Amino acid sequence: MSKIATRDAYGEALVELGEKNESVVVLDADLSKSTKTAGFAKKYKERFFNVGIAEQNLIGISAGLAAVGKVPFASTFAMFATGRAFEVIRNSVGYPKLNVKICATHAGLTVGEDGASHQSLEDIACMRAIPNMTVIVPADGVETKMAIHAIADYNGPVYVRLGRSAVPVINDESTYKFEIGKGSLLKEGSEVTIIATGIMVSEALEASKELESKGVSVRVINIHTIKPIDKDIIIKAAQETGAIVTAEEHNIIGGLGSAVAEVISENYPALLKRIGTNDTFGESGSPNDLLKKYGLTKDNIVKAVEEIIVKKGVK
Amino acid sequence: MNEQVVVLQEKANIIRKHIIEMLHESASGHPGGSLSAADILAVLYFDEMKVDSNNPKWEDRDRFVLSKGHAAPVLYATLAEKGFFQKEELMRLRKIDSMLQGHPDMKGTPGVEMSTGSLGQGFSASIGMALSAKLDKKEFRVYTLLGDGELQEGIVWEAAMAAAHYKLDNLTAIVDYNQLQIDGFNKDIMGVDPVGDKFKAFGWNVIEVDGHSIEDLLNALKEAKKVLGMPTVLVAKTVKGKGVSFMENAVDWHGTAPTLEHKTKALIELGGE
Ligand SMILES: Cc1ncc(C[n+]2csc(CCOP(=O)(O)OP(=O)(O)O)c2C)c(N)n1
Repeated sequence: MSKIATRDAYGEALVELGEKNESVVVLDADLSKSTKTAGFAKKYKERFFNVGIAEQNLIGISAGLAAVGKVPFASTFAMFATGRAFEVIRNSVGYPKLNVKICATHAGLTVGEDGASHQSLEDIACMRAIPNMTVIVPADGVETKMAIHAIADYNGPVYVRLGRSAVPVINDESTYKFEIGKGSLLKEGSEVTIIATGIMVSEALEASKELESKGVSVRVINIHTIKPIDKDIIIKAAQETGAIVTAEEHNIIGGLGSAVAEVISENYPALLKRIGTNDTFGESGSPNDLLKKYGLTKDNIVKAVEEIIVKKGVK
Repeated sequence: MNEQVVVLQEKANIIRKHIIEMLHESASGHPGGSLSAADILAVLYFDEMKVDSNNPKWEDRDRFVLSKGHAAPVLYATLAEKGFFQKEELMRLRKIDSMLQGHPDMKGTPGVEMSTGSLGQGFSASIGMALSAKLDKKEFRVYTLLGDGELQEGIVWEAAMAAAHYKLDNLTAIVDYNQLQIDGFNKDIMGVDPVGDKFKAFGWNVIEVDGHSIEDLLNALKEAKKVLGMPTVLVAKTVKGKGVSFMENAVDWHGTAPTLEHKTKALIELGGE
C-alpha cells in the first residue's frame, strides 16, 4: 500500500485550487514548510500571507478576508490553530458564519517527539462545540484532496484536521466519492461495526481482516465528517450489528466516540466501546511507540471488538 | 580576560557539545535556537542565579522560564551540568518514557520551573512568578528567555504591559535576538524591529547586549538588578546556530537534528571530545 501524509495531499490540493479559484487565499503562521502551504506560497505569492507566530491574528485576518469575499485557508499546527485561537474562531468565524477554512496539520499523538505541548487531542471536541462549524478528519491522501476541493465549494466555516506522518492510501482515487457529511462504508459485516476516523481508519481495516480470519463478521465505517455527522449510517449500524467500536486519535471525551454515543443513545441504544486517548496528555516519543503506549493500534481494536462480542452474547 | 569569563565560556562550550550530542541521539529537536542561547544560560546558571541542585524546590530560589520552549536542549544541558540530574539522561531526550520531553515539562524534570513550548505563554507565566514574589515580599528574582520570533505573539505584549504596570523590577527578560524564525528572517516573515523601542514604550528598562559576550551579559544582568520600579529586558544580539559554522544563520537548522557526520564535524569545531 502506498503512503502519503494528509498534509502533503493538502499542499497539493491548495496548488490546484489556486489555479481553479482566484478567490482562494492562503495564510500561515511561520510553519509553511511543515503545513505544506509553502507550495502555494511559491506559486501564488500575492495570495499568500505569512502572519508570523500569531495564531489569533491568523484567524482574525482570515475572518476579515472572508467578510470581503475571499476564501481563506488558514493553516498552522492543530494545537495552536484551535487552542490559541479558540475564541477568535468562535466569535469571528463561527458566530458570523464566515467562509474560513481552518486546515490544521500535526494533529494528534503522531506529531510525536515534540511531545504533549504539540499534541492536539482535544481539537475535534472544541471545534465540534462551535455552532456552524463543519469538522472534517480525512483518513488518507485521496480523501484529503477531495475534501479540500469540496470545502472550497462549500460556503461556511470548516475545520479540517490533518496529520504529520505518512499514512496508507485506502481510498481509490478513480472510484471514491467524497461528500461532506456522509460516512463511507468500507466493509460490510453483521456482528460488530468499527467506526473510525483519520489515521485510525486504516488500523480499523487491518483489525477487521484479522477478525474475519477468526470468523467474526465486522462492518467498517469511515466517518470523515465528524460534524454534521452521518446519523443514518450510524443508526443503521446500531440496528443491524448491535455493537459499535469507535477509534480515533483524540481524547475519547468529546470526539468521534462521543459524537457516535450521542447519535445511538438518542436513536437506537447499542453497545459501544470507544478507543482513543484516555483523558490523558501524551508525551515525547516516536509516533509508533506512542500509538502503542496509548492504545491506538490494530491490536487494541481487535481486543475491543472481542470484548464487545462477549458482552453482546451475555446481553 | 579574567578567570570567571574563561570559566563561563568553557561552560557554554560544554553545553553546546551536549546539545549536539543529545540532538543527534534523539534524531529530532531544535539545534539553532538552542545553540544561540548557550552563553546566556551559562551566565545565568553559573553566575547570576541562586539555585540549589540538591534542593531543586528550595522556596527562595531564583526562577528561570524558558519561554522559547523548543530550545529545551540548552536548558537540559545546563541543568545536567549544574547537577540537577545525571548527564546520561541527556541521551534520552525525546524518547518514550523519558524525563526529558521535547519541550520543558515542570512536572517531570528537576530544575524546570514552567512547562512551555507554546510560544508566548512562558513569558506570561514568568510575570505571575514575579508578582507572587512581590506579594510575599520574597527576595527571589525571575528570569525568562524569549525568541525574537516569539515576540510576534500577542500574549507577549499583554504580559509586557502587565510587568511594567506592576513595576516588576524583580523580573529580567532576555530576548534571544537572532533574527531568524522557522520560515525565514523575522524581517521577511513579520517584522519585530525595533525591539528595544517597543519594550521601552511598554515601560521597560532596555539594555542592548551582545548575547555571546560573557562580559556584556554579566554586566547587563548586574545593572538590571539595580534598576528599581520597572522590569528590565536584555535585547541580546545572537547568531542562530552559534558555534557550529554550518548551522550559523542557517534557517534549515531550526528544527533539524544533526546526522553522525554533522555531529562529528560540529564537535570538532567545538573543540572535540
Ligand atoms: C504558539 C506557537 N506557535 C507556533 C509554534 C511553532 N514554532 C516553534 S519554534 C518557532 C519559531 C520560533 O522562532 P524564535 O522565537 O525566533 O526562536 P529561535 O529562532 O530563537 O529558535 C515556531 C513558529 C509554537 N511552538 N508555538
